[in-house]
Amino acid sequence: MTTTTTRREETKILIRDPKDFYAGLLFLFFGGVAAWVARDYPMGSALRMGPGYFPTVLSAILLALGIVTLLHGLDLREARRLRPLVLILAAVGIFAVSIEPAGIIVATVLTVVIGAAASSESRPLEVIALLAVLLALAVGVFTYALGLPFKLMPTLPPALLSVWPFSLIPV
Amino acid sequence: MELLTNLQLGFDVALTFQNVLYCFAGVVLGTLIGVLPGIGPVATIAMLLPATFALPPVSALIMLAGIYYGAQYGGSTTAILVNLPGESSSVVTCLDGYAMARQGRAGAALAIAALGSFFAGTVATVVLALAAPPLAELALRFGPAEYFSLMVLGLVAAVVLARGSLLKAVCMILLGLLLGLVGADVNTGQFRYTFGLPNLADGIGFVVVAMGIYGFGHIIANLERPDERTTGIAPIGSLFPTRADLKASWKAVLRGTGLGSALGILPGGGALLASFAAYSLEKRIAKDPSRFGKGAIEGVAGPESANNAGAQTSFIPVLTLGLPTNPVMALMVGAMMIHGIAPGPQVMTERPELFWGMVASMWVGNLFLVLLNLPLIGIWVKLLSVPYRLLYPAILLFCCIGVYSLNNSAIDVGLAMLFGLLGYLFIKLDCEPAPLLIALVLGPMMEENLRRAMTLSRGDPMVFVSRPLSLGLLVVALALLVMVVLPVVRKKREEAFQE
Repeated sequence: MTTTTTRREETKILIRDPKDFYAGLLFLFFGGVAAWVARDYPMGSALRMGPGYFPTVLSAILLALGIVTLLHGLDLREARRLRPLVLILAAVGIFAVSIEPAGIIVATVLTVVIGAAASSESRPLEVIALLAVLLALAVGVFTYALGLPFKLMPTLPPALLSVWPFSLIPV
Repeated sequence: MELLTNLQLGFDVALTFQNVLYCFAGVVLGTLIGVLPGIGPVATIAMLLPATFALPPVSALIMLAGIYYGAQYGGSTTAILVNLPGESSSVVTCLDGYAMARQGRAGAALAIAALGSFFAGTVATVVLALAAPPLAELALRFGPAEYFSLMVLGLVAAVVLARGSLLKAVCMILLGLLLGLVGADVNTGQFRYTFGLPNLADGIGFVVVAMGIYGFGHIIANLERPDERTTGIAPIGSLFPTRADLKASWKAVLRGTGLGSALGILPGGGALLASFAAYSLEKRIAKDPSRFGKGAIEGVAGPESANNAGAQTSFIPVLTLGLPTNPVMALMVGAMMIHGIAPGPQVMTERPELFWGMVASMWVGNLFLVLLNLPLIGIWVKLLSVPYRLLYPAILLFCCIGVYSLNNSAIDVGLAMLFGLLGYLFIKLDCEPAPLLIALVLGPMMEENLRRAMTLSRGDPMVFVSRPLSLGLLVVALALLVMVVLPVVRKKREEAFQE
């Protein structure tokens, strides 16, 4: 909880060209509205296009170009500062999507590796050692000792289970 | 005397082998996170909540409480030796504590901080035991109108005592109240703000929000700055304070204890506010204020006693009124509810062993803490040299596991991710998140009591001012509001938070 007290000087603005940036936002807005309005129009197929086909394609292109314009207005060298933000949130997100289908071991590896990448000070060997300790804790303490309902391994399709090395997994 | 029989019951509960063990675990963990900058009691308690599911409620609450007051002890170690607050309530201890360390007197500062905290903890335990029963008795007479007014007072105080802009604090309260509305309406079952997601039907979990803001948000903000702990750890020196040290500090300890005990009870108060207030008090009444910042031992003794006293007395409103006054207490309310205990005045009469067991455990815990923090100080100093790059991936993983296992819900982890982003933005924009968290907990109770009071009075809003208790609470709230708007007080408030 130390962070709120120190004021930081890095309030430098990420935007390099405000005109490009806001134009990008404008295109994103229109593309978004157009796609939203067209969401219920029947799509049809490429051969026999429905009323929704053309508007949807147009809005998708507008959205894509809007993003490009917006990025053009940003100073991407400055964007490196966003590394902790993006990677920490990604690590949490990965845990959320992987814990149920893939189990605690895979989720731990993904979360710790992506999370560790958020710091420019992390060193590969240290991360591997840390990962080993955390895996032991996640499996030993949280799963076995505290009895939290994690599964250890991903459920593999039955066909794979007879193939080495998956055949080694106790069922 | 009734108090003695009650305390007897309390110690019978607190001194069972299991409860002593959990109390010890709590204070060790508290000291650990107190020593380590970058993780505080909110994230830790939120993380450990699922791990207490299997425990009896008393043991769980004893352990969680130990984390909070234990962190107050640990925080001073880092503040004195490295000039970094291990805990936000130790910010002011850095000023004079580190100055003492540079003069080779770190040991004396640590000893005074620990002994002052122990004294404060002992007094606060007695204050808790004395003040809680009459307050609970008063609260038993509360109807919905009184509860509503009490919560208004709580929210007003949370705004007044928040650091930074008043306007932002009010906005954070409103945002917190709105977030508290998510889910099924208690009276009609109508879904509000659920966006058709079944996971939101029960509302947004408090732990999810707390973990996002205090866990993930803070990790991100910490990573943006270089690890500051490379500056080196000051040598401890002799742990024995000189006679002059003791003479200079005992009054400051008394004042800090008194101020901390009083401020802890206030809504919006707790350890953080207590330490700031104690420091400015010591500076104001000192014969020679210029010594402060250069190693005045009163500047360590006062705030360190105050934050420990404040941490413990902030349990009073939760245990007697069911009203959480800071984010940690909001989590304690959550912990009690998980264990099937509705916080409020009836806890003391229906579950006396729980209430008095917790009170007694605080004294036991404080005894452990003195032992942990003086003879064993060397261990904690070693821990300080672990760099943040090795700590935060562990915190990150344990936070994820904690959020998930609360409801076995991956959606909750996803939500916590969004609140992590929000928490990061709050830090960047200088929006203090504590009022939001308090409002999030109070929101649903407040609405329920408002609607119940209005139904009982047949739609007559005068019910809030015609009942004397309710009127009294509203008058205090109004007085607080008027006070902060007055230019004189406003300037004082800004000055106080400046330091």
